[in-house]
Amino acid sequence: RRSPRGLRLPRGGRAARAGVTAFPPCRYLLYASGDFVKVHSVNTEETLRLLCGHADLVTGIQLNPQNHMQLYSSSLDGTIKLWDFMDGIPIKTFTVGSRLLALYTLAGAEDSVFVVIPKKGERDTFQLVSVKLTKGAGQDLESKELSVVLDGVGASTKQTAFGREGSYVVSVKDVNLQVYFFKRKLLNRFSLSTAKTKGDNRFSCVVCHPTEDCIATGHADGKIRLWRNFHSKKAYTYSALHWHHDIVMDLAYSMEGTRLLSGGVESVLVQWHNESSCQKDFLPRLGSPIECISMSSDGALCCTLHTDNRITIINSNLRFSRSIQGLIKSRDVKTGLVVDPRTKALVLNGEPGHLQFYSLQSDQQLFSLDIVQRQYIHQAGLKQSDLVKVAFSARGTWLATVEESEEVTDPELQLKLWFYSEETQSFALNTRINTPHDNHITDMCFRDMDELGDDSLILVTTGRDCVFKVWVMVEDSNPEAHQSVSWSCDFVGSYHNYQATNCCFSEDGSLLAVSFEETVTVWDSLTWDLKCTFCHPPGNIRKICFGRLTCSKYLIGATDYGFLCCWNLLTCALEWSAHLNVVVLQPDPISEHIAAVSWLSKESSLFVFKPSEPRPVYIQRNLCKEKILLAAFVPRDEPETISSEKYLWLRKSQLFFLTDTQELMTLSTKSLEERLTPSSQQLAVEESLPVTPFSVLLGKHRRQQAQEDIDLGKPVIHNKQEQASPAVKELLHTPAHVLPSASFLCTIFINSLLISKENKSAEEVADEVEMESEKAEDESDEEDVTAMEQEDTSHMELLGEMTCKLSKSQEKELRKIRKMDYSWISAF
Amino acid sequence: MAAYKPVVVQACPKLGEKITQDTLYWRGYKTPVQIKEFGAVNKIDFSPVPPYNYAVTASSRVHIYGRYSQEPIRTFSRFWHAAYCATYRDDGRLLAAGSEDSRICLFDVSGKAPLRQFEGHTKPVHLVGFLSDKYRIFSGGDDYSSKLWDIPSATEIISYSEHTDYVRCGCASKVNADVFITGSYDHTVKLFDARTKSSVMTIEHGHPVESVLLFPSGGLLVSAGGRYVKVWDVLKGGQLLVSLKNHHKTVTCLCLNSSGQRLLSGSLDRHVKIYSTTSYKVVHSFNYATSILSLALSPEDETIVVGMTNGVLNVKHRKPEEKNENSQKKRQPAYRTYVKGRTYMPKQEDFCVSKPVKRVLRKYDKLLRSFQSSKALDAVLEPPIMLHTPEVTVAVMQELHRRGTLRSALAGRDEKQVNLLLTFVARRVIEPRFTPVLVTVADMITDIYQPVVGQSEIVDKQFLKLQQAIGKEIDYQEELLEVLGMMDTLFATFTKKRDACLEENKSNGVTELIEASRNY
Repeated sequence: RRSPRGLRLPRGGRAARAGVTAFPPCRYLLYASGDFVKVHSVNTEETLRLLCGHADLVTGIQLNPQNHMQLYSSSLDGTIKLWDFMDGIPIKTFTVGSRLLALYTLAGAEDSVFVVIPKKGERDTFQLVSVKLTKGAGQDLESKELSVVLDGVGASTKQTAFGREGSYVVSVKDVNLQVYFFKRKLLNRFSLSTAKTKGDNRFSCVVCHPTEDCIATGHADGKIRLWRNFHSKKAYTYSALHWHHDIVMDLAYSMEGTRLLSGGVESVLVQWHNESSCQKDFLPRLGSPIECISMSSDGALCCTLHTDNRITIINSNLRFSRSIQGLIKSRDVKTGLVVDPRTKALVLNGEPGHLQFYSLQSDQQLFSLDIVQRQYIHQAGLKQSDLVKVAFSARGTWLATVEESEEVTDPELQLKLWFYSEETQSFALNTRINTPHDNHITDMCFRDMDELGDDSLILVTTGRDCVFKVWVMVEDSNPEAHQSVSWSCDFVGSYHNYQATNCCFSEDGSLLAVSFEETVTVWDSLTWDLKCTFCHPPGNIRKICFGRLTCSKYLIGATDYGFLCCWNLLTCALEWSAHLNVVVLQPDPISEHIAAVSWLSKESSLFVFKPSEPRPVYIQRNLCKEKILLAAFVPRDEPETISSEKYLWLRKSQLFFLTDTQELMTLSTKSLEERLTPSSQQLAVEESLPVTPFSVLLGKHRRQQAQEDIDLGKPVIHNKQEQASPAVKELLHTPAHVLPSASFLCTIFINSLLISKENKSAEEVADEVEMESEKAEDESDEEDVTAMEQEDTSHMELLGEMTCKLSKSQEKELRKIRKMDYSWISAF
Repeated sequence: MAAYKPVVVQACPKLGEKITQDTLYWRGYKTPVQIKEFGAVNKIDFSPVPPYNYAVTASSRVHIYGRYSQEPIRTFSRFWHAAYCATYRDDGRLLAAGSEDSRICLFDVSGKAPLRQFEGHTKPVHLVGFLSDKYRIFSGGDDYSSKLWDIPSATEIISYSEHTDYVRCGCASKVNADVFITGSYDHTVKLFDARTKSSVMTIEHGHPVESVLLFPSGGLLVSAGGRYVKVWDVLKGGQLLVSLKNHHKTVTCLCLNSSGQRLLSGSLDRHVKIYSTTSYKVVHSFNYATSILSLALSPEDETIVVGMTNGVLNVKHRKPEEKNENSQKKRQPAYRTYVKGRTYMPKQEDFCVSKPVKRVLRKYDKLLRSFQSSKALDAVLEPPIMLHTPEVTVAVMQELHRRGTLRSALAGRDEKQVNLLLTFVARRVIEPRFTPVLVTVADMITDIYQPVVGQSEIVDKQFLKLQQAIGKEIDYQEELLEVLGMMDTLFATFTKKRDACLEENKSNGVTELIEASRNY
């Protein structure tokens, strides 16, 4: 029941040759996205269906040539599925056995499809085989009847194509091209000589002319070659078309074969009209490199798939029609996950030089803000300037962005401040500061002071040039100037010429913490005097943050050497520290909780804690296998009712993670069954729920854990609470005029709140959690066990690797200390 | 799909004085005409009627100048000693002047000999003026008295001797014919009503009063004395509205412009400051060669005349309004071409097709869009762009550098173009906003054209110039660093002192606390 809770928001992309169906004319766009196939409406851009059922990446989708309402899909899990995509129902599943890398169908071959599979016994060799689809009554069928058509083909879908009416198949790999004629059972091989040409003339993709015997191949040096007369090994000819300066990523012929479309990293769609005259049209600036091009079967539409997870639909007259985009994948999310206070959208790097506002509720991009405002040149080796830091003011009226060029030594830095104008409903550039720092900017934050309004706004930037700078708004004295405020530097602070790495304002804005390598300095934000410094050698400070609400007197810091420290600002002393290799430290803006994600031995673990309590509120070990780079708390629109006490911290906000493979994940409080209720018909997740669970992957592990919990008798508490609640509920829901007197109700009410003797106190439960973890550790020899320990004993307790080395007697002693009652401390 | 984004040209805010409407207005004067007088010019007064002649009192003469004449068109020289304060009557036909020999003379502007002489003061008369009923004259003398005279009978009507020092300035109310004001070296300004026997109001200026002025409405009074210009509300009983201290020497003269929106003050510190009468902030200031004694502004602000201590009269005429004749020549399209089709109201069932907005790109942007690097660089090396908007040239160079095509764009140029490039680089490389880009450009040029050095004299000269410019800049920066170092040491001593103070304070606080606890 406590099944956790990784939930993967699907991100599009990795679509294998997306297909636009033309039945009924051009209404649906189908594409493979991760483990799913998505059905989009071309006209409304909506996701109509999500076909899920494959257990691994979907590698190919093809319409059933006999029935255009049906779709074949192949996946790495070794199955081919036949779908009714209109209703989103799987009709049949054919298990092939080996990994399927590409899928092709032919109109002529009724009961067989072609797939690319790895050759048995050899690595990196693939073969094209035809699979006979067995006919049977059941849903799950086995089709092991394979016959090899071609050997040594490329693994990618783009590297194999079927010719006119399925009479031949052509495949390219490296510098070799092979054509197999089905009727004549003839195999022709051609290869390009590598010595003659300067460039890299390897094949990248191949397509066949729909009506003539002509093959078009794309090459890594940007050339397109058109092959003719390839029936004979000697008399074949080819002509070259050259416009692309880099690899041709994909080619596509129009329905009649009169036009050829090509695309590459230039993000320009090129349309070649007539091969002899080299007449061509361009559709430039599509935003990002083109990965795939697909024509609809009636030729009216064409769609391009881009590397940044976007699909563009283009009219036949080469006019941009619309684009379908979710979370845009950028090369590197440097800005971190930021939440826009106004729209509650997740803000991060989008297209190069843009900031994307991604709505989590609707899985849509709200808008994209052009920050760099420069023409992006798609060319390798250029030093592009990109957005590296983003900060919002508390109300979202001001946005600060930092952009820098990729040069290491002398970055071209710009700090820009944007003001949200209510009239245009967008951010407008207010101030641009060239080279705010002499070296890279490491961190940036606004002073959040809601009650004082915008006048008290202060921006702090820290840089590797060993200073931090304070920027304030200044009002322009001249009333005739067109803008009334601008930003300028107010104070420059430094500490012993150390590089400034992080900065953070306390909740009330009175204190500023700036970390300089190993030291955390605390400054008064009124006078800019250095108040005190904290240090936890060895190791540089990686992250710092202040506690909030009741814990505002604490400052949390994480160091490189794997320590999480909590300092008390009133006593200026270390409150507690824990051995934890924290990579992400994220405070919840509306509660006291702080989430820390650790990275140890190839798995990420999540710890949620309150600074005032040394024991974590929540531990989730083995959250995912990938390294989690960023996290963000997104406030919920309305507090969720959470049954489990363990997830109370998720009541008001939701935690999102971004991993190094750029997958966005969240923690779900609901169990797997709850989330997958409608899955009985395998209609599965509806449109409103574009999130299918991560737990498919991790479900096994969770169930095991859940079992453990039950063994430990944890559910008892929950049960008791559930029993107690009706009394209160009744009290609250009965109309006031029928209720007995308050004095009568008082005892019932108080009794309902009391915890009966069988229940354990909260502290004991925490102990329980820890013991449980220890147990797990004993069992599985996990090395990353970590717990936060109160540092009131003379020596600091380090669990984890150290505990294993302790002798039995020491361990016992330790346990004794832990069991001791420390409640008297709280009196102080 | 995005449209082409034009090159971002970094706008650099201009340092120093901001150009406002006022600056533009007050700069609109021609170069001044200097006229040498015989002595210090103590008063300038414009005739209130066209052609706006002005009377200049200097030494023992009163000259009357025409609008554009540099020679006096009339001279009154019947003074035995120095003349003071020649003032026109409202109709511009009579002129009164005081003199060192304590007489007041009344002239007809067309005559030569005085029409009347008023005798009664015992000391030099520095102040003479007409009341607004045109038939009476008020005067103030160094005998501390101010008197009122009847013009027709040349007799004294009343005499006030309330001031305790020289009376040196004054003015009459334009609203009430009986009210006039005098300012004196006894630090006071007094308001007199001819109907009463004593002053009505006394205002304490705080310094010897050099000049007073009433606003046309009669409600506000401006007094100047010492370094201060003070504005008083007469209707509120002489309440101080604002005190302006913008000069660093004695303010000697005041004047309002024709609209009453701006107040001008001249001072011995050689400046004329112009204040806005709504905000009382300085909106513009003029600089003169020597100390200023008198100042006048003609109606419609056509002319500013300033008299100085060395007897120079400085006359500035306003430039004639520029008329845009070019635009008149160019035939505008007829009105109907503008309104063609625009007045049509679409009906409900109409399908509106919006016309795409045509974006106008600069020439270099068009070339950059089509990746023609060399041509784009050529486009911004054209003299008008290079000379007047160097930031555009530099922005395009930066863009080319970003695209990695700067080297190829710079290469392959002939002598003339290299010369042009080097001139630009040598001239602009020392400007801090251009330095980062132009240093790279200079590097590349030297790299590319190194093999051909010595083949062309012009190019070699330019290289030497570039070297000189950079050398100079390096010296300059070194000097600056030295200064910075010196200042740092100075600041370091300051901060130490402050810290000590703080510590003292802290210890004080602690002891106080201890004492407080002891009391408990």
